[in-house]
Formats: sequence, structure tokens, C-alpha cells
Amino acid sequence: MARQMSGAKMVVQALKDQGVDTVFGYPGGAVLPIYDEIFQQNDIRHVLVRHEQGAIHAAEGYARSTGKPGVALVTSGPGATNAVTGLTDALLDSIPLVVLSGQVPTFMIGTDGFQEADTVGITRPCTKHNWLVQDTDDLARILHSGFHVATSGRPGPVLIDIPKDVQFATGTYQPKPKATEYRYQPRLKADVEDLTELVAALETAKRPVFYTGGGVINSGPAASQLLRELVEATGVPITSTLMGLGAYPASGEKWLGMLGMHGLYEANMAMHDCDLMICIGARFDDRITGRTDAFSPNSLKAHIDIDPSSINKVIHVDFPIVGDIAHVLEDLLRIWKARGRQMNREGLAKWWKKIEGWREVKCLTYKTSDKIIKPQYALERLEALTKDRDRYITTEVGQHQMWAAQFLGFEDPNRWMTSGGLGTMGYGFPASIGVQMAHPESLVINVAGEASWLMNMQEMGTAVQYRLPVKQFILNNERLGMVRQWQELLHGERYSSSWSEALPDFVKLAEAFGAKGIQCSDPADLDDAIMEMLNYDGPVIFDCLVEKHENCFPMIPSGKAHNEMLLGDASTKGAIEVGGAVLV
Amino acid sequence: MNALKIKKGATSHSAYNLRPTFSDVVEQHTLAVLVDNEAGVLARVIGLFSGRGYNIESLTVAEVDHTGKRSRITIVTRGTPQVIEQIKAQLGRIIPVHQVNDLTVEGPSVERELALIKVEGSGDKRVEALRLADIFRAKVVDSTHTSFVFELTGAPDKIDAFAELMRPLGLVELARTGVAALSRGGEA
Repeated sequence: MARQMSGAKMVVQALKDQGVDTVFGYPGGAVLPIYDEIFQQNDIRHVLVRHEQGAIHAAEGYARSTGKPGVALVTSGPGATNAVTGLTDALLDSIPLVVLSGQVPTFMIGTDGFQEADTVGITRPCTKHNWLVQDTDDLARILHSGFHVATSGRPGPVLIDIPKDVQFATGTYQPKPKATEYRYQPRLKADVEDLTELVAALETAKRPVFYTGGGVINSGPAASQLLRELVEATGVPITSTLMGLGAYPASGEKWLGMLGMHGLYEANMAMHDCDLMICIGARFDDRITGRTDAFSPNSLKAHIDIDPSSINKVIHVDFPIVGDIAHVLEDLLRIWKARGRQMNREGLAKWWKKIEGWREVKCLTYKTSDKIIKPQYALERLEALTKDRDRYITTEVGQHQMWAAQFLGFEDPNRWMTSGGLGTMGYGFPASIGVQMAHPESLVINVAGEASWLMNMQEMGTAVQYRLPVKQFILNNERLGMVRQWQELLHGERYSSSWSEALPDFVKLAEAFGAKGIQCSDPADLDDAIMEMLNYDGPVIFDCLVEKHENCFPMIPSGKAHNEMLLGDASTKGAIEVGGAVLV
Repeated sequence: MNALKIKKGATSHSAYNLRPTFSDVVEQHTLAVLVDNEAGVLARVIGLFSGRGYNIESLTVAEVDHTGKRSRITIVTRGTPQVIEQIKAQLGRIIPVHQVNDLTVEGPSVERELALIKVEGSGDKRVEALRLADIFRAKVVDSTHTSFVFELTGAPDKIDAFAELMRPLGLVELARTGVAALSRGGEA
């Protein structure tokens, strides 16, 4: 049922056919025909952000909390260049996005026209794939391909650059093809022989550990379900990266907590001392491995990933398995059961005993205070007062992000949105808007630092306009906390440009936008203040004044191994040696 | 991904050719990459090499299937085994890439390069240049009273050797196409 229509109409038609209900965007000259079509229909909601970076992060929040692709619409030139940070963020965290950008008309390309930029050139290294549409007859096919590429295999952002004359011209609309009709078909199932070898290693391992990541969540709810079944049936301890929190419940008894640079002592020690490491949908990032030549020196390593380029990139593995997590875990479980559900139970019992010893260290202990709010205490109270609610958490980047990962518990996947790979300050607030759009009845909290939050504070306008009751929980230490911590560690306590001077009055700022502001500085008032935030039906900026010089522990200093962690109250002077100082 | 051609049985439990990837030895590999001939595809391949810090020793590209609109990119690159495996996997990840073949490890292959060499001189040097060209089976494709342009086809080291010999005889300019390569035998 090929139909004739304008390119702009095709865009809206293709979005409808792909099941899109929400688009985040900002209009401009080169996308006016598309905005005109959006105006004349009611199936797709358009959310007007206040900056294109906000549109991309909001689409990321929408995507990560729903499992569906996020869609954003920006104009040519500055609209597209403002999208670059968000695209790179989505690429590093494997978030499916379809970003549509306007472009000057085809006959003006290359003339340095008004608001012209080489958008496909600029975004080539920060997208999974991108297209410049040259002909309206190609537009529908490319739009559908964009959704297929963004969501298949390892998900990622795609960008489709649409010149204005292509939007005006009439062409033939191609309906959405079946998924099997595309050439791009990443491998989903792993070889049975490879899995059988891994199962054999698992059956005899004395000190196995599962190390899981965001790939489990990207694979869909079935993958998390299968992971839980696998962990419960085998009794193997499990840790996760920042990106993978929630795939296995934080309340699960096999849960070791997050691993990595600011991970839990028991998780990192288990990684270091294990004899079989099964990495599921993670990528041996440098925040995870620490010093690679001292990374888990005595273990066999398996790596399950849908992206072959992740395997053997950083760490050499003994069992490379390419496939989709849900498919692989299903086969793995089936093979393990068929072979008689064997485990080295005696070895496992000893292993758990050792882990219990590490747990006794209680690595998250911090010095409490009844005079000043400790950031950890603020998050403990936030957790206690919200954990039973239908809750989604986003974060900005820095100390508050690590404390949120340590002190908040995630029972389900898709409940935790944070910028892991790129570490984008300014991610959390627009992401919380995207999450709230997708889940209007749920509680959405952005745990923020004051410096990160200011990076995209213009989105208060969006939150107020669309009556999105997002809660901005700002741990305000008037510092760039993580930068300050590193300067203390390795730059002789010379705090170069790492404090926030001339901060706004956040309560007045909220009121200026037509939202509610709450400030709290006394630990005794904290619970009531948090309840006030939760009970207010509308966006809230919560200015939580916390201890200014708190450091985030545990910490693996750069250039050190997992078993060289610093714990709370450790002297951090000289913790990073010259060799480690060059690392970030 | 599918684009990465995997030889089964490379090792007992691997989908990959798992030569020891810890080795620090830098190897030279010739990769043949079959791509859709669409706008920007070469930029994607080159951008991958520059963005991730890989080497390109030579690169040739041309459409080889006009009906299917496929181009073949032949890349000669250098790196440790781990880097070479990464390059292949990263190439396989590019959406318009259909197939990646490592001609260096997938059995014997032939590699050829074409060069044009301009030599300027007179007297004995001119005679010697012509004599050496004959030995190397280089063709004269342009001549004046004081210069020749030779056309030479061969493996890259043959072209290197010829160019070195021409240098003292009045080598003026050298143009090389870069390597084109195919596996030996009847299979694609």
C-alpha cells in the first residue's frame, strides 16, 4: 500500500507506524515542515525542551525506562551540534535513539548556508549509523531502517539528516518492513558447544562470580528474569556494573553490590580472588578493571556479549560467547539443567564463607553527624522513604552518582538511569523529564549535585510547562565533589576551580520557574523535608545542604588493583602514584 | 556479527581466531572489506582507523559489483594480534560492511600493486634505467629525450626495490595505487 505524500508527512507516518508516542525536540527553520505536520495530528506528543542536549537526554531517559527507542527532533546547524553530547552519551551506554535533524535544502549543501553544518560528518563517530536523505522516495525506507538499526543487536543512537526540500517534496511512502527483511541481522544465539564448555567450567568452579552489566537490561525483561533464575539455581555470587543495577535485585541474597572504582569491597575482592568470572553484557571498562595487568589474576574468564568487538578488547577471555543475553542465558540454563544441575557445592560454601568475611568489613560505613547532613545519610533516608514506591531514579555525574549507586537499592531493571560511559554532567535532569513523560504516575527522582544540575537547569521550563512532577534531589556541597576529591588525592590539595561560587538560591530559582523549592540543612529536619517533596504534586527542587568535604569510598585509585582499595577514613594522600596520575 | 567471516574450528571453544592476543609482536595484515557503495562509507572506515588510533599502511577502494553496488576496500594495516582482532571486529560492526576477510591468516593470497615511476636523466643513467626496467618487467608508458615514465605491477616489496634502484638514476616522482589482494584458489 504505497502512498504518495510529502517528506514531512512521511516522517510523522513512519513514527506512527513504528509505535512512537512521544518526540522530544526543538523547532527551527530546517524542520518547519515536520513541525507543521506534528501540529496537524494528535497521535504523537511533542515535548518542547529548552535546549537540544536536553531533548537527547530526555529521549535517553524515555528509552531506558521503557525499553523502547527514544525519538528526538532537532533543526540543522546548532540544533544538530547541540545534540552531539547526547548522541555520544547514548553510543557509550548503548541506548536506542532515533534522532531526526533538519538540513538545508540539497541544492544548498556545501555552500556554507545559514545554519548549515556537516551533520552526518560531525555525528558519524558518535552514532551507530547515520543517513543523509537525498530523495523523498528513500525517506520512509531510511526512517524504518533507523529504528531497526537503533534497536537491533547492541542498541545505539542513529541520526537521520533530512534536507528541507526533501521534507517538502512528494514521494512514495514505503510501509514498515518485517524485521527479517533487513540485511542487518546481528547474531542472537551462541554455539551450543561453546556454551557446553562454559557450563562444564561452571560445574567445577570453586570460586565463581557473575559480573553483569547494562547488556542484561538492554536485552529485555526476559534476560533479567533468566539471570535471576540462573543465580538462584546455581548459588553463584553476583555483582554488577553501574549500568547493570536492577537486573538482579539489590535485596537478593546472592547480591554483592556494585563493583568497580567506587564499588563494594566484597564485590571487588570477589572479582580479584575468583577462579571463574562470567561477564554477562558488560565490557571490562577501565572503571571496572582498575589495573588491567593485575585484574583478577587467577581466574578463567567468560564473556557473553552481542557485540564481537567487546570481546578481547581490554581483557583476554577464555570463553568468548557472542549472542543476545536472553538467548544465551536460556540456552546456558537448559544445558546446565540437562547435565544434572551440578555445582561444586563444597567449594561454593567455602567461597561464600570468604565473601561473608569481606562483607563484615562494612565498606560503606561513614562517620555520621547530627549537626550536618552527610550525603550518604541523605541517600539512606531517601531510600528508606521511597523504596516501596513505584520509583525511577536518574542521576547526574560525580560523587552523588556513586553514592546513589551505593546507597539506593534497585529491585527491577529499567529503574535506574545514569550516564555511565561518557559521564555526562547535565544528563540527569532532562533524563528525569523523559522518564516522567513515559511514566506519568510514577515517582521520578533525579539525584544530583549542584554543579551538574546547573548544566541543564533550563529544562525547569519544560518540567513546569508539561506539569511533570520530577523531584530534583540536589546534594549541594558547593563543590565539584569528585574533582575536589581527586585534587585532594593527587594534586596536593590545590583545589583549582572546583568550587561552586555564586550559586543561585535554589528555592527562589524553583519559585521563579513556577515550581516548588525546599531547602534542608539539619539532619533532624531531613525526613520531614523529603516527605514534603514527595507529597508535592509538581516539580520540586530539593536543595540538600551537605557536608562539603566528604570523600566517596571505597575507592580503587587509578593504576591500582581490585585488592588495593581505599576504605572510608583512609588517608588519601599519595594514594595515587605517578603512574596512576596520568589515568583519568 | 555476520559481517565477520568466522572460520569454524579455529580453536576448540572460540568463534574467533584466537591466536595469542597477549603478544607484543607487531604484524602486518591485509584486510579485504566488502561494503555497500553508499555515500560516506569510506569516511566510516577511515574514521574508525583514525578515531581508534589504528595504522593504515595502504588503502585501495573501487566498486567491484555495479549491479549490487558493492565496493571492495583493501587495507594493509599493522598491529599486535589483539589490535588486528579489534580492527576486524570494529570493521564488522559498521552497518554497510558486508564481509571482512583477513587475507594474511585465511590461507595464501596474492597481493599486487601498480606504480608509475618518473625518471629523468641522460646518457649512461638513462640506458641503465631502461635496462633495469626490462629486468623488472616495467613498461615504458611515456618518454621524452630526457625522461621516462615506467609502469610496474607487482608485490609492494618489488616496487620498493625498483624505486630504490631508480633513485640514483634520476627518480623524480612515484605514484602507487596501494595493494589489491585476493585469496588463492577457487573460493571467494
